[in-house]
Amino acid sequence: MMEARINVPAKAARNEPFEVRLQIRHAMETGYRTDDTGKAIPRNVVRNVTCRYNGDVVFAAQLSSGIAANPYLRFFVTARSSGELVFEWVDDAGVRVTERAPVIVA
Amino acid sequence: MKRRRFVQGAAALALLGVRPAQAALPTIPSLDAWLAGRAPRFERIKLSIPALADNGFAVPMRVIVDGPFAPGPHVKSIRLFSETNPVSDMAIFEFPVPIERVEVESRIRLAGTQQVVAVAEMTDGRVYAMATEVIVTLAGCMDGT
Repeated sequence: MMEARINVPAKAARNEPFEVRLQIRHAMETGYRTDDTGKAIPRNVVRNVTCRYNGDVVFAAQLSSGIAANPYLRFFVTARSSGELVFEWVDDAGVRVTERAPVIVA
Repeated sequence: MKRRRFVQGAAALALLGVRPAQAALPTIPSLDAWLAGRAPRFERIKLSIPALADNGFAVPMRVIVDGPFAPGPHVKSIRLFSETNPVSDMAIFEFPVPIERVEVESRIRLAGTQQVVAVAEMTDGRVYAMATEVIVTLAGCMDGT
């Protein structure tokens, strides 16, 4: 199963900001819900999201239960040179996911 | 005459759905703690959330900080605070490298009608803020009661 949907323009103009869209597949369990037996479902939300561009962190987000399930983020990154974006996130259960997207700078 | 003008103005505002920018922030303990006495300016930052959210489970949110920034201070981080959610610190967006286009979109959960506050901190320590009122018809929070 795909862990995330990542959308980066096919080509980015040098020194111009380009749009990055990321949607992570995650229930963002708040910890306030109970299951059928009345037992509390433990909280499990994506805590930290980082976006690295050719090794440097260019955007980071710290999320909470106040972010909707399947967290969606749209932000901008300045195009410098061709390479790749590396997205990494970790949730309360300690599950760490890494996804990549190529960037072509014209 | 004055009264007529007032009534017309109020009606126009209501029709357009214009929400005047809040010149004061709601009382949120974690926000006050983070501000630590700093007085934010109510300019440059724009927090857009629909005035009426049918479903508090996923409310679209967009925050923009107006540039240009270079060669002056740039945006270091943007924080989102909720007035009535059980967790008032909703999110922190960080910009470790200077960027000219500061715009972040996401979807948030809101536990009922409330004000949401976005605060941008610049690299020189200056703070910009904006609060937006959102009417939520279905709260995005179930506590099993």
